[in-house]
Amino acid sequence: MSSKRHRKKLGSERLQRVIDLCKSIEERSLDPFIVDVDDILMVVREYFPEWELPEELCLDAEAIHKLASVIKLQSDWVKHQSTSLYTDPFLLEEKIRRLSKEELANLFLEVWHPIVELEQISSHSLAEAIKYWQSLLPISERWLKTSSLETETGATTREELIKQRILAEKAFSEELEMFWEELKQRVSDAGKIRYWDFVGADTYSETIKRAYMTSFLVTYGYATLEVHRLEEEIFVKPFEKPASIIGKKQLISIPISVSVEEWTKWKRGEQD
Amino acid sequence: MDEVEKRRTGLRRKAYYVRKIKRATHLLFYKHHRKPGVKGWELRRRLGSDYPKVLGILDSYLEKLDLQVKTVFDEEKPVEKPTVQQLDKARFYITLRGSLTPKETKMMGWRIDDIAGLATAISCIISKKGKAPREEVEALLRNKLPGWRVDINMNRYIRSGYLAEDENKQLYLDWRTCTEIDQKALVDLLLGTES
Repeated sequence: MSSKRHRKKLGSERLQRVIDLCKSIEERSLDPFIVDVDDILMVVREYFPEWELPEELCLDAEAIHKLASVIKLQSDWVKHQSTSLYTDPFLLEEKIRRLSKEELANLFLEVWHPIVELEQISSHSLAEAIKYWQSLLPISERWLKTSSLETETGATTREELIKQRILAEKAFSEELEMFWEELKQRVSDAGKIRYWDFVGADTYSETIKRAYMTSFLVTYGYATLEVHRLEEEIFVKPFEKPASIIGKKQLISIPISVSVEEWTKWKRGEQD
Repeated sequence: MDEVEKRRTGLRRKAYYVRKIKRATHLLFYKHHRKPGVKGWELRRRLGSDYPKVLGILDSYLEKLDLQVKTVFDEEKPVEKPTVQQLDKARFYITLRGSLTPKETKMMGWRIDDIAGLATAISCIISKKGKAPREEVEALLRNKLPGWRVDINMNRYIRSGYLAEDENKQLYLDWRTCTEIDQKALVDLLLGTES
């Protein structure tokens, strides 16, 4: 049993290496002929009977897909060699290095036929320009406006800074913990609550704030989202203890639209 | 009576094509979109289904002015006898028929350095099957231009549509190169030079 597991592990590692090799050839335009297609096909064929799980089969399919891309690159290379545009890159590079700037430019001018194009102003942009010009204040008045007003310096209080939203009333972590507590209290017996029932508030701005906080609850492992794609429903499920999921699991992002329309719909009770 | 009628028909046809040529000139010379040039289907809508004939007449007029109507097809290979569909998908431009002198390019805002750099970059990409890493092209350009100009020039070529760059820093030939430059002639000239 353990030898089968070991063989599977070895096989998936080899397939991963094949995928990486093909990827680097595609992305860094390396010579596609460094890949020995027969050799790779033998590897794929050798391990194919071992695969049972969907992830393993996906890896196998990806390796074949990447190999097909490399074969396409090889075919393009052969096609290019047979066209009249084919030229030895080293020979051409050598020619370019030896020619002076003037010679190169003169040579290029012989084959360069630039496009003739005229830019014009449309009646719409002309009308916009007139509107802007008419609403523009005389320069003397504009200069007056930019002169800075002298103000006396003074001390401010913490309350004042909170009012101006420069300082937050509570530390963010403290606020997040309180929000988590609220979530735990509001969940049903099933241990979850509908996303909109939790996030929705009387005002749109408050709803946005709650959606923002909820996203942090999920990211920091205080809660999780349960998505029912067929029913188009999303539930928020709090954890009893914050779970550290970063680095342990592949993280995914779930985009949720919190538009005014969605919020109005929820307010009207149409979300169900 | 027949003679008079024939002459009238001839005059009417002439007036018809004069009108169409004027409209085609406006469409092709003035920039309407972000990119210059007009698509075939757009010309068909504005000029009618005989737009290839109108463009042919315009092209012969422009010959005297050293200009031409250039057709760039969607297909990679040159098209000998284009079909209606191929013409509709193609893009039409007005380009110079002959070539420029170094003095004229200066008036267009191109220095000798810029042109030599563009020639180097384009031929390097052609020789590498139409795709080359930016750092390789830049290394070759450093041979011709001062180091501080290489990046500036490269960005200018990309901005103008001569080159395109993908997220892996690979350079390709872009739409303007395909329209304005005779790539085969460039390679032949380069290889034919005595160094």
